[in-house]
Amino acid sequence: MSDSEVILAISGLQSAFKSRSGSVRAVRNLNFNIGAGKTLALVGESGSGKSVTSLAIMGLLPQAGYIAGGSVIYKNRSGELIDLTQQNAAQMRKIRGREIAMIFQEPMTSLNPLFSIGDQIGEMLLLHTDLNTAARQAKVIEMLELVEIPAAASRFHDYPHELSGGMRQRVMIAMAMILKPALLIADEPTTALDVTIQAQILDLMRRLQKELNMAILFITHDMGVVAEMADEVAVMYAGEIVEQAPVQQLFKNPSHPYTQGLLKSIPGASGIIRSEDGKLQAIPGSIPMLNAMPEGCSFGPRCASFTSGCESSVEMKATDPLHWVRCRRTGENAYV
Amino acid sequence: MSEAFISVRNLSKGFTTSKGVVQAVRDVSFDIPRGSITGLVGESGSGKTTLGRAMLRLIEPSAGSISFDGIDLLSLDERQMRKMRKRMQIIFQDPYSSLNPRMRVLEILSEALIAHDIGANSTERKSICISLLQEVGLSAEHINRYPHEFSGGQRQRIGIARALAVEPDFLVADESVSALDVSVQAQILNLLRDLCTKRNLTMLFIAHDLSVVEYLCDQIIVLYLGRPVEIGSAEQVYQRSAHPYTQALLSAAPIPDPSKRRARVVLKGDIPSPYNPPSGCAFRNRCQHAIADCSIELPTAVEIANQHFSFCKRTESII
Repeated sequence: MSDSEVILAISGLQSAFKSRSGSVRAVRNLNFNIGAGKTLALVGESGSGKSVTSLAIMGLLPQAGYIAGGSVIYKNRSGELIDLTQQNAAQMRKIRGREIAMIFQEPMTSLNPLFSIGDQIGEMLLLHTDLNTAARQAKVIEMLELVEIPAAASRFHDYPHELSGGMRQRVMIAMAMILKPALLIADEPTTALDVTIQAQILDLMRRLQKELNMAILFITHDMGVVAEMADEVAVMYAGEIVEQAPVQQLFKNPSHPYTQGLLKSIPGASGIIRSEDGKLQAIPGSIPMLNAMPEGCSFGPRCASFTSGCESSVEMKATDPLHWVRCRRTGENAYV
Repeated sequence: MSEAFISVRNLSKGFTTSKGVVQAVRDVSFDIPRGSITGLVGESGSGKTTLGRAMLRLIEPSAGSISFDGIDLLSLDERQMRKMRKRMQIIFQDPYSSLNPRMRVLEILSEALIAHDIGANSTERKSICISLLQEVGLSAEHINRYPHEFSGGQRQRIGIARALAVEPDFLVADESVSALDVSVQAQILNLLRDLCTKRNLTMLFIAHDLSVVEYLCDQIIVLYLGRPVEIGSAEQVYQRSAHPYTQALLSAAPIPDPSKRRARVVLKGDIPSPYNPPSGCAFRNRCQHAIADCSIELPTAVEIANQHFSFCKRTESII
């Protein structure tokens, strides 16, 4: 992270949900930085807390959710450092869209079916700029062209249902990018798309990132997408980061047993190791429930290297200046 | 290739809608040898689910024939077909919506047994259910629980147990692992592979994820807009893919290795509307090798190697 200026610094972030049986921690003690123009991939399976993290940053946690500690420091366009957890609703509204934008997994449910796509993209300009109707429309069409929607001008009045899944995701991207945000949070942006369309969208995101020098927090469960998009990777498990490293380093030398297991579970990954009978090396069991977290290491019950020492909590340790691992037995388990 | 257990010939299925007729599956022919796994790959809208269901007559094909272990399926009446269903079962994609939330596991599994008169009484059925649960990696204590008490992976195991309850010979797995996390997906893929070997099952495995299909399947059929574009063994299709669409599909799949970021064939545009497919080869307007000829007539199968077919006019100049 040394080669670019940090624009988002998260430290000690805790996020919890109120429930009938008390509050449950969805995200525990999260720390990471994102540099301008860089992509950090937050990887994890369902229930790992990766989407909650993105909602916490944006101040969009659902009603039962709250931030229970820590800070999210964002460096805005004028260079001021602001703690996003301390902003009120009106202040956050100014930041969202203009400074930090977000795209979601399912473009159909995140677009309003009753408004044309031109109106919906233009709404960003209506809220955040003084442009008049004609200027807004021109800008929206320019943006539709930028995200490679064919015959952009004639698409302005189309409704979301008239577009394919890939086109809708392009509309979402146009909406997110129109104010040239410094940080884009992309929560599984290609998961609902077919692979050929996914390839188009990933190419588009990379191109726009370069043009706008935009940082991306890329949330995904797909290690293939991580390998293509990320500069830096943070692997989440049960609400915590268990390993963090530059992308090359993480794939070359995955050090946490969970990361190792995740990579070995992928069928067809290059150089994957199958056991002698040709089976995939699955991770046994499933992710723990938030209200029934195991003592100590949360991956302990599924881990082949589990020892009695793993029952007490464990901190992140650096195995290399940029490579952090949350495992008591780091160094004992070489990735083979 | 050993004897064909299932032979599909010229199978088509059209749906009539207010906008006209959609040909979801067009003139598809292939064989599945006994005890093997055939993968059906394609993107959304390629007709893979329709084809899978039409093969079980869960939707009625509009034309063509299906021979199942020598029996002409489309000639059977409803009662005969119901009996045949004992031999063919399906596992669905979504483990959440395919199990009745108000039934316990015992009831879910017994329902299949009762429908096909398996087990003399409830005690016997219960013991069959317990051994099924054990076979799919669950245990006897799970039998009185409701679906919501299980994780996604466990529910998919229940769905598999239900399909196996009537001891079928043929299983259609429709995107059966795509809703699962990758670590759990690997467990279920291992289970399916074991079960097929142990029970000598023949399986049609429908998926959009190429790496999953490569891992599991003996034979692979790539579908595009309702027609096969390439058929071959897993090795042929993955290592020596011949059709431009298969090549683009393989090239689009991200590889979990950052040192292999590569220039790839990114397909332009979307899959065309099935209401109004392009004339001739349906892929031609996204194909970098297309020539004027491609729009004139349908490409026929070209056999490149033993049992490896590509449906492309330009096969010879491409490979």
